[in-house]
Amino acid sequence: MSNYTDELVDFDEALDRYDPVLGFEVHVELNTKTKMFSDAPNAFGDDPNTNVTPVDLGLPGVLPVVNKTAVEYSILIGLALNCQIAEKCGFARKNYFYPDTPKNFQTSQYDDPIAHDGWLDIELEDGEVFRVEIERAHMEEDAGKLTHMGGAAGRIQGADYSLVDYNRAGVPLVEIVTKPIVGAGKRAPELARAYVAAIREIVKNLGVSDAKMERGNVRCDANVSLMPKDAEKFGTRTETKNVNSLRAVEHAVRFEIERHAAVLDSGAKIVQETRHWHEDTRTTTSGRPKSDADDYRYFPEPDLVPIVTTAEWIDELRARLPEPPAERRKRLKAEWGYADKEFRDVVNAGVLDEIEQTVAAGASAAVARKWWMGEIARLAKAADKEIADLGVTPETIVELNSLIQGKKINDKIARQVLEFVLAGEGTPSEIVEKRSLAVVNDDDALGKAVDEAMAAMPDVVEKIKGGKMQAIGALMGPVMKATRGQADAGRVREIVMEKLGL
Amino acid sequence: MSAISREDLVHLAQLAHIEMSDAELDKMTGELGAIVNAIASVSEVASSDVPATSHPIPLTNVLREDVVGETLSIDEVLLNAPDSDSDRFKVPAILDGE
Repeated sequence: MSNYTDELVDFDEALDRYDPVLGFEVHVELNTKTKMFSDAPNAFGDDPNTNVTPVDLGLPGVLPVVNKTAVEYSILIGLALNCQIAEKCGFARKNYFYPDTPKNFQTSQYDDPIAHDGWLDIELEDGEVFRVEIERAHMEEDAGKLTHMGGAAGRIQGADYSLVDYNRAGVPLVEIVTKPIVGAGKRAPELARAYVAAIREIVKNLGVSDAKMERGNVRCDANVSLMPKDAEKFGTRTETKNVNSLRAVEHAVRFEIERHAAVLDSGAKIVQETRHWHEDTRTTTSGRPKSDADDYRYFPEPDLVPIVTTAEWIDELRARLPEPPAERRKRLKAEWGYADKEFRDVVNAGVLDEIEQTVAAGASAAVARKWWMGEIARLAKAADKEIADLGVTPETIVELNSLIQGKKINDKIARQVLEFVLAGEGTPSEIVEKRSLAVVNDDDALGKAVDEAMAAMPDVVEKIKGGKMQAIGALMGPVMKATRGQADAGRVREIVMEKLGL
Repeated sequence: MSAISREDLVHLAQLAHIEMSDAELDKMTGELGAIVNAIASVSEVASSDVPATSHPIPLTNVLREDVVGETLSIDEVLLNAPDSDSDRFKVPAILDGE
């Protein structure tokens, strides 16, 4: 637990007096088969130190060689972020002393990133669009993983020693750096979250990263500063490291705004430093002062030659870009004709792909939404699973729907059939056949059930005769009961009307 | 005049976590300075229209296909480790990292 004692100012009050300036550094782990500079597997969750070559250990005499796919993925990210792609760029050594790299330097890019000067339009939940300028996206490598032993569990403070696994050392990373983001005001925390969500979505959509934040595939450092409302000069910033969930990004930005405001209100100065995020208390604590270890003594990496990108190569990669997620959403919303809230719910439920496939398989957009947001969502919740993991196929939905349209089954039975499909009993048609679930719409059987219901409820019959058509609903229960729920409700209504001469 | 001051050297030693005695600092300040000065003579020849280079051969795009190769065994990985624990390197707890 962090023992947090700093003063805070109420968020709204803070932003009545100050303007926040944000900046983000998002690290994206690429999902190439091999590492950035060695042909060791890039895999998550393997036994420690099994995905290691002499290059990853920085042994004397080794020669790193750049992974072509990692370069291409980096260019794809740059293009998706509307960046300029460098015609020529190189690698540099970022020197620091820490056992997460056995080389004592990280191979990165310094003054010539592969992608620079881009932008990304971020749509906030109410539809307001905020443009974030991208300063650069550069290639580098991930570090090994340290586990601190002894002392308080897992914390470096009080630890006796650390154990090092170099499987992650050398995994390709792209670091995306924004320009200072001004003007977000009270929406700063929301924008922070939406920005990181957009980056995650883009790299996932490009297929260049697994984009799982809980695995560290996408990691965010959030820079925050405040300046008085009428000021032009930015305030001193802090950098909150490793804020690794969307919710945490939002909370960390909010917290730092509240903390900065209190420091500035008291007349003190913000210390330029890194901050550590604590998920348990939703607070940050002081890390190390920024000036201390920031002397990385970058110099050009002598073991690697420059990357030159030709127009043909970039065009070829540009042709591989999928439709940007934001544009796709706009298109699908228009095509499907959903209301704003309907569409937002669909996006939040994460079933865009499912609905798109169901529509492609022949269902209407309304039917597809009804199923995925209704019964399937309910089943997923009941099973405590993600909707996508439930195993419902678009074809099943289309078939169920055509059985309903053909009046073979009603909605209620269709929902039962779906459960039987998921239990592995076959296709909807097979199940309807096997379990004799087809609705009863032969008039003899229905007529008999209606007669019995009417005889049992003479008062209801009087109401219907008196023009209260909704009273027919009261007859439906007994009729359904008599037909084991398999009556065609529409036909029952017609029969009642016929019998009463209405 | 040496391009490297004693303070520079103290700072570098700190960054590299190398302990240096006063005598060593005195000696290395002069020696490192001499090395830096020697390399600086390159700038006397290279005019501003010569781009900086980090590689003697004008090669570009030395790239590798994304194909998995051989990895080391755990025994080989840990062969030079001063200390280890099962399949991981064991290092002293170091506070100033991230």
